[in-house]
Amino acid sequence: MIRFSHVTKQYPKGGPAIDDVSFHVNRGEFVFLTGPSGAGKSTVLKLIYVEERPTHGEVKVAGQSSATLTPRQIPALRRRLGVVFQDFRLLEDRTAEQNVAFALEVIGTPQENIGPKVARVLTQVGLAAKATALPHELSGGEQQRVAIARALVNDPLVLLADEPTGNLDDRATRGIFQLLKEINATGTAVLMATHDLATVKAHAFRTLEMNRGKLVYDTGAEHPVPADEFDPPVPDPTGATP
Amino acid sequence: MNLALREALRAFQRAPMLSALSVTTIAFSLFAFGLFGLVALNLRSALADIEERVEIRGFVAEGTNPEATAAAVGDIGAFPEVASVRMVSEVQALDRARRELGEFEDVFEAGILPASIEVRLKEGFRDPTHVRAIATRLEVYDFIDDIRYGEEWVEKLHRLRTIATAVGVSLGLTFALVAIIIIGSTIRMAVLARSREIRIMRLVGATNGFIRAPFLIEGFLKGLLGGVLALALTWVTFQFVGQYVVQATYFNGGAAVLGVIGGALIGLLGSAASVGRHLRRV
Repeated sequence: MIRFSHVTKQYPKGGPAIDDVSFHVNRGEFVFLTGPSGAGKSTVLKLIYVEERPTHGEVKVAGQSSATLTPRQIPALRRRLGVVFQDFRLLEDRTAEQNVAFALEVIGTPQENIGPKVARVLTQVGLAAKATALPHELSGGEQQRVAIARALVNDPLVLLADEPTGNLDDRATRGIFQLLKEINATGTAVLMATHDLATVKAHAFRTLEMNRGKLVYDTGAEHPVPADEFDPPVPDPTGATP
Repeated sequence: MNLALREALRAFQRAPMLSALSVTTIAFSLFAFGLFGLVALNLRSALADIEERVEIRGFVAEGTNPEATAAAVGDIGAFPEVASVRMVSEVQALDRARRELGEFEDVFEAGILPASIEVRLKEGFRDPTHVRAIATRLEVYDFIDDIRYGEEWVEKLHRLRTIATAVGVSLGLTFALVAIIIIGSTIRMAVLARSREIRIMRLVGATNGFIRAPFLIEGFLKGLLGGVLALALTWVTFQFVGQYVVQATYFNGGAAVLGVIGGALIGLLGSAASVGRHLRRV
């Protein structure tokens, strides 16, 4: 579903952010992306949600290749991905449910479908009772749950999480990690970038370790890619929600 | 579209001071444009008044058969450039001279002034080239002795009109450009103020057109409001000038509506130019 083939990303200033990286992530997998700060974890995620394009090599996501993807096709691809960040990126002047609904509204979801979808996903992340709270009225862990709900509301193929617990205390971290595992159990792949080695070691999930832009270790490298893996084409960006 | 409109209105609601400031800025730049428009309008109508007096006079030789002149009047009246043709008899010419030059009444005696054919031209044909062409065509009639049309005066008027048009167009374009730049920069502020939202919209897969729409609507609305405000300001100025300085002409209803729509379009154009450029940086 996600495939990196000899991908290098070179920024105009400085050395390569990532250097000749190859790996794949299958449907429904849970994968840690670890490594120290500056190892290139965020760049890998940015290449997946097409915030960046590779300098060399090919990134293939949900059947779309970075070599052929046009700017007009990017929105449609992003509708199939969910992304969460360390700093939550919520709109401060909107309630939890409005933040989640926003993600549906801006892709043209019919109004009558928005309410039920938002309610379902807020229940899934355990925040149904705080639907009308503004972000500043919520704890860090709760804000990250809202961000996860927003990422999930479009039923993404994969949830990309960039240091999702980086700003949270231990208890909140455990809660968020538990939530990501539950989401993964429903069939959504999760790719979680983290430098929290304790969490990584405590779980037997596949781990990609990066250092100075190189992929130095992949616990899942021995697993072959299923030959029958099917990547459905991405729908037209002007169409309805996938 | 519904959401885009809601987001545009939300921008006004969330930053009322900033919005009021940008509407006022737009209003003042359109006000300058409007004042200039009023000056241009009045100059134009003054010139048009003067131009209406452009007239070609063919003096008819004494003893000409009235039937021949009547036939000529009919012919000349059929020229496409001609608005009206009038036959002025000797008696009428004398009457008019006495009326217009009252104190020299005694000087004029019967038979001193010749009869004439007076030709007025339609708007758009009062320039030197057309006037000269018509004058030449009058020369074919044998009974016409002399033709006068104030050649020098027509040329000066034409030059004045050309200069007024050139100055009008260039100043008008400058003012419009200034308004577009000002609106563009207010939209730039709006884009930067909402960069967080834009980033999230991108992330969840909103198309660029969708992201742009609220800003375009915002620019349009600001231009519209600024246009209405500018119209009110020019009206107040016009009243003031009318009372203390000089009686002038104000925009008619159509021009006023056109001005406000123009303001809205300038708003739309300014935001379109600005939003694309700044979206790329967010």
